[in-house]
Amino acid sequence: MKYFITLPKDKAKLKLLKSGDEVFLTATLYSMRDKAHALLLAENKIPINLKDAIIYYMGPTPARAGRACGACGPTTSARMDKYTPTIIKKTSIIGIIGKGERNFETANAMKGRCVYFCAYGGLGALYAKCIIKSKAVLYKNLGAEAVYELKAENFPLVVAQDFKGNTVYGGK
Amino acid sequence: MKTVKAETLIPVIKYLCIRAAYNLPATYLRLIKKAAAAETGRAAEILKLVLKNARIAKEELYPLCQDTGSAVLFIEIGQEIFIKGDINKAVDEGVRLGFKEGYLRKSIVSDPLFVRKNTADNTPAVVHFSFIKGDKIKIKLILKGGGAENTSKLKMFNPSDGKTEIISFIRDTVKAAGAKACPPLVIGVGIGGNFEECSLLAKKALLRKTKHKNKMYRQLEDEALNAVNELNIGPQGLGGKTTALAVFAEYAPCHMASLPVAVNICCHSHRTAQCEI
Repeated sequence: MKYFITLPKDKAKLKLLKSGDEVFLTATLYSMRDKAHALLLAENKIPINLKDAIIYYMGPTPARAGRACGACGPTTSARMDKYTPTIIKKTSIIGIIGKGERNFETANAMKGRCVYFCAYGGLGALYAKCIIKSKAVLYKNLGAEAVYELKAENFPLVVAQDFKGNTVYGGK
Repeated sequence: MKTVKAETLIPVIKYLCIRAAYNLPATYLRLIKKAAAAETGRAAEILKLVLKNARIAKEELYPLCQDTGSAVLFIEIGQEIFIKGDINKAVDEGVRLGFKEGYLRKSIVSDPLFVRKNTADNTPAVVHFSFIKGDKIKIKLILKGGGAENTSKLKMFNPSDGKTEIISFIRDTVKAAGAKACPPLVIGVGIGGNFEECSLLAKKALLRKTKHKNKMYRQLEDEALNAVNELNIGPQGLGGKTTALAVFAEYAPCHMASLPVAVNICCHSHRTAQCEI
């Protein structure tokens, strides 16, 4: 099925999504790669409010003048498996966007806590056009690895693991 | 003897970096179009999005992918040329300018293990020099993303192993890569040489655009492609017939005790550019 979801107003709908559903998401996203995860977890108190937040595994190219964002497709989620269960424990995120399979521990940690979306890898130009605002909010000196607050409009995604834990991956 | 100033390479390499990051080569566009026509449902839709992404990148000047990669350069120097100046410096300067002026992401960290500090200009590039006949310089560039590179593998086989074992290895490598490597993939396979030459062969294979001239290796490429496409990983790992767009193999002589095989995985955004000066 295909859904248009706007957060926070459609929060309840997230739980009803099924793995494989196509979603066009309008929401605030927080970009985080490996380094931001490591730094965030090393803090005594998580310095940004991630309640009901969506984390996006992404590091953009620099934006040209007058543009909100550069190319901004997803990076490989599996690299974040090491951090995700703790992030979920320490925050109340409701969604994660990345690409590719997660390990068993992460899949379990996400179950009942958040939805895992996959964005289409390698479509950085297409995704750039869905970002209307972008601002580095944490670890700004890290450049592409900083945490960016992104306003996304109709961001095309697929539900890779739904709230109940069903996943979309599994080639033969 | 012809003299070429090293700094003449700077604008050329800068141009190649920018060109590659924004323009998918026609060969791969054709392969994606062909695959899109052969697929149905979600797989076809995704391949159409890949084509749309390529159009946006070229026409509206957004890099094809946010991971604009490591700059991998093969520089073949005609042996009748004398290069005046510091060629290593010139290559890095070209990459530095290309990544700066092309608004490309700087993804290189200085120390791989302990410091991991971004060098802020995407240098140093990975450069392979070689000599060729004549008085020309051929420069071939791949912008190689990290996600796909991470799923690449090398294995030292025994000479008693053969095509079947090698194809299984390619298949298993692609299976383990799953959606992580951004399928449909372009797969470079190096066979022979030794431990390090084998990897280099696999990388070089990624520069090819047509099947191998040698019939036996061409057959291996075809069979490996079929085996991989039977995995049903499909575009973005969401199922389909197109897990890979192409398999290119390169071979080299090797020790009688050895049969090294390297599989270098590249994503669908296989960004290459080349020129001759």
